[in-house]
Amino acid sequence: MKQYRSLAEIQTDLQSHAISVKQLVEAYLQRIEEKKHLNAFLEVFASEALKNAEQIDAKLAENKAGRLAGTVIGLKDNICYKGHKVSASSKILEGFESLYSATVVERLIAQDAIIIGRLNCDEFAMGSSNENSAFGNVLNPLNEKKVPGGSSGGSATAVAGGLCLATLGSDTGGSIRQPASFCGLVGLKPTYGRVSRYGLIAYASSFDQIGTFTYTIEDASLLLEIMAGKDEYDSTLSSEEVPEYSKALPFSKKAHIAYYKSYVEHEGLDPEIKKCFFEIIEKLKQQGHSVTAYDFPFLEYLVPAYYVLTTAEASSNLARYDGIHYGYRSKNATDLNTTYTKSRSEGFGPEVKRRIMLGTYVLSAGYYDAYYTQAQKVRRILRDKTNEVLSTNDFILLPTTPHTAFDIGQQVADPIKMYLEDIYTVQANLTGLPAISLPLGKHSNSMPFGLQLMGKSFCETEMFSFAKNLLHL
Amino acid sequence: MEHTTMYEKYEPVIGLEVHAQMQTKSKMYSTDSAEYGGIPNSHISPISLGHPGTLPRINKTVVESAIKLGLATHCTLTEENIFARKNYFYADLPKGYQITQDKTPICRNGFITIKDKSGQEKKIGITRIHMEEDAGKSIHDLDPFDTLIDLNRAGVPLLEIVSEPDIQSPEEAYNYLTEIRKLVRYLEICDGNMEEGSLRCDANISVMLKGSKQFGQRTEIKNINSIRNVQRAIEYEIKRQIEAIESGETITMETRGFDAPSGKTISMRTKEMAHDYRYFPEPDLLPVFVSEKTISEIQKIMPPLPHQLFRKYIHEFELSEYDASILTDSKPIALYFEELCTFVSNPKTAANWVMGSIKSYLNEYAIEIEHFVIKPKTIGQLILLVEEGKVSHSIASQKIFPLLISQPEKNPLQIAQENNWIQESNQDALLDFVNKAIAMYPEKVAEYKSGKKGIIGLFMGEVMKLSKGKADPKVANHLIQEILEK
Repeated sequence: MKQYRSLAEIQTDLQSHAISVKQLVEAYLQRIEEKKHLNAFLEVFASEALKNAEQIDAKLAENKAGRLAGTVIGLKDNICYKGHKVSASSKILEGFESLYSATVVERLIAQDAIIIGRLNCDEFAMGSSNENSAFGNVLNPLNEKKVPGGSSGGSATAVAGGLCLATLGSDTGGSIRQPASFCGLVGLKPTYGRVSRYGLIAYASSFDQIGTFTYTIEDASLLLEIMAGKDEYDSTLSSEEVPEYSKALPFSKKAHIAYYKSYVEHEGLDPEIKKCFFEIIEKLKQQGHSVTAYDFPFLEYLVPAYYVLTTAEASSNLARYDGIHYGYRSKNATDLNTTYTKSRSEGFGPEVKRRIMLGTYVLSAGYYDAYYTQAQKVRRILRDKTNEVLSTNDFILLPTTPHTAFDIGQQVADPIKMYLEDIYTVQANLTGLPAISLPLGKHSNSMPFGLQLMGKSFCETEMFSFAKNLLHL
Repeated sequence: MEHTTMYEKYEPVIGLEVHAQMQTKSKMYSTDSAEYGGIPNSHISPISLGHPGTLPRINKTVVESAIKLGLATHCTLTEENIFARKNYFYADLPKGYQITQDKTPICRNGFITIKDKSGQEKKIGITRIHMEEDAGKSIHDLDPFDTLIDLNRAGVPLLEIVSEPDIQSPEEAYNYLTEIRKLVRYLEICDGNMEEGSLRCDANISVMLKGSKQFGQRTEIKNINSIRNVQRAIEYEIKRQIEAIESGETITMETRGFDAPSGKTISMRTKEMAHDYRYFPEPDLLPVFVSEKTISEIQKIMPPLPHQLFRKYIHEFELSEYDASILTDSKPIALYFEELCTFVSNPKTAANWVMGSIKSYLNEYAIEIEHFVIKPKTIGQLILLVEEGKVSHSIASQKIFPLLISQPEKNPLQIAQENNWIQESNQDALLDFVNKAIAMYPEKVAEYKSGKKGIIGLFMGEVMKLSKGKADPKVANHLIQEILEK
């Protein structure tokens, strides 16, 4: 089977009967088997997917199929699917099966998407290289010595390796956009409050958003259109109407684009990425778009504020994994207290424990104001300053990652360095703004890298439009 | 009396924290049933089980209930209500945190009026009232080896009502709690049942030398299960603290439990073991805004409150404080009385009927007034019969009232007529009976005339007998006197 890169291609072939959904699923299953060593999938729902494929083929024959007929999709292993295991790549959820489906899963299935399996990720979405999974690291299909990025590493590898058409990930500080950059994909993080978090295993509730990995803007926008919008189960959702993202046309007006000098002049940024960035700026100018550089003296505060706030929320969100109600319980526990301490010590991996401890510390009496309150202030200032720039500009253009995918094992020993992987991505999560990483660059080391377009709150349509321009520069 | 002086040197300072379980259909942050009891772990869902990926959503009825209680206790209402997480590990707390309110309680700075020892009115300040969820139940005594957990209660809505340390005696604490219970029952937001735990109380107690401005070290007594026991626990704790101080010990900040059989408080944990709850704003819930419009809408549907009725009964109806307090003790009684008053001209008569015949019947058969078969309107007709002199009070209360209970659909006049109880107040007819009665006892007439006025009862009895109970006692009494005095 040819490797499909968009739903449009698949649906054309389905229409001409060049392929059936069942054949498509069989081909993906075969490819998953061949690429097993990438370690992208934690579980493949093979027989179920085939059965569903048959049903959708029948629906197609009667012209009754949903908009996503032919979409074979994988779920990051922190998104709940009724009757299926979900583990957040952690030992602590050993044996746990979800009693319900995430809102996004229900909406995708209602449009005849096929869920083919669950995908490896960093434990509880904490990590930038997918090396923090209890089920082993994931390989980058473009160069198997490299990490795919994280935390949605399995989701990126699955699409880039041709194991399925699209995948869902979650983005708390860059967990979709960074691996998309490392694997040459379109990675979308919608506006906070756009997509229901019901059924997404929480890492940091005020940052987490579900998003997609695809090859095309068209697929990203269609999936968002189907997943977004009001859900009574998530009270933080916006009641903002969901536009027809999939109908977004290329940006026809002249855009106002901003970028931050301190970002592109940062010493950690790979010179080739910097060069590419300015080449694109030049092209945009040539096309008549206006580009303005801004000073932004807050770059150094982003990652610290992000880690204070996300670990604080995480320390509380992960308290429920206590060995009492479900999941892993230590065999060495003798009473209530040791059930907690031993189950959690044995069930969580080192990075998760590090963040729980950090978060517990920043919320504790005597330290709260110095850390948590202060970080909240930074978040507020950052939100105001970013919106200020966006009040006179349509978009902010920025790098997605400081460099291309690094070698497996290269950074595991240095958590601080690993945290700085997020330097360009956390801004969108701290501010709640939508951002998309686009595969715009190719490095001399032959690895791809992405650039990031950040838009105004709930202005995904414009962001998709302009992303189309950027991809066709 | 050295002992007395020792205790009298000190005065107690008491503050109460009351948890009132809301009688809403569903839980605070999910649609699970919030009903009491049920098969263990049957009122649950992934949300109240705290399963991965689930999110809370606010039960709006609880917000309304909190506003009602806030209005009833003269509180200032908070416009922007932020929810917070209180983090601690316990086996019956599935999420590992409780969603509560920290810095923005929905109600602040109110008060409740109670009676102090000397019967004077006293205001007890309400520091705050906030919304939160209950934990599940750990059951330690059903299984010899394991603790069993029932999560039916996990997530049931609570209002926590925190008083100022204005309470100065165990009796005041008793009165305060009684008043709170009355309020939540009148508002119909909580059934006020302390035995089932739908109303729970923690007491903070310290003692200081009389006149001192410096509060002593306080202790907290947790989970006391009746209003009477709150009073007992406080009595004991005051005594214990004074004795400790007098014998040179220092009071340590600690949590104590109350052992009802022995009447003692027992240390449970000291401050060193106290939790750091790491409160922070709940990111899964948006703040709830309470607008002026909402408040005025709720104000419109507020039921009458016990203290308002109490005042009305004393000042407008001129009832005694005792009568007014009995009538306002429970909302259904007060509502019955209120309705009855719309049918009778004298509220005092209505009060006598409610507190007399009606209450004693209810008490005797342990019936709640909600299930009392005679409608206020019918009692009103009965009272009118007496007032018009058609039947005597005793016929009304002893004969007609019991018949109405078995035939509530009938009207009192009908019953009186059917049974030939319409009383004789026609002077001519009565005079006949009176003359006959007097003629029967000439020697007693002499006794009366020699000054034994009490003998008149004998003649009354004969008149009633002769008239088969239908004689109007007032008229008859008057006639007998007239003839005897001649």
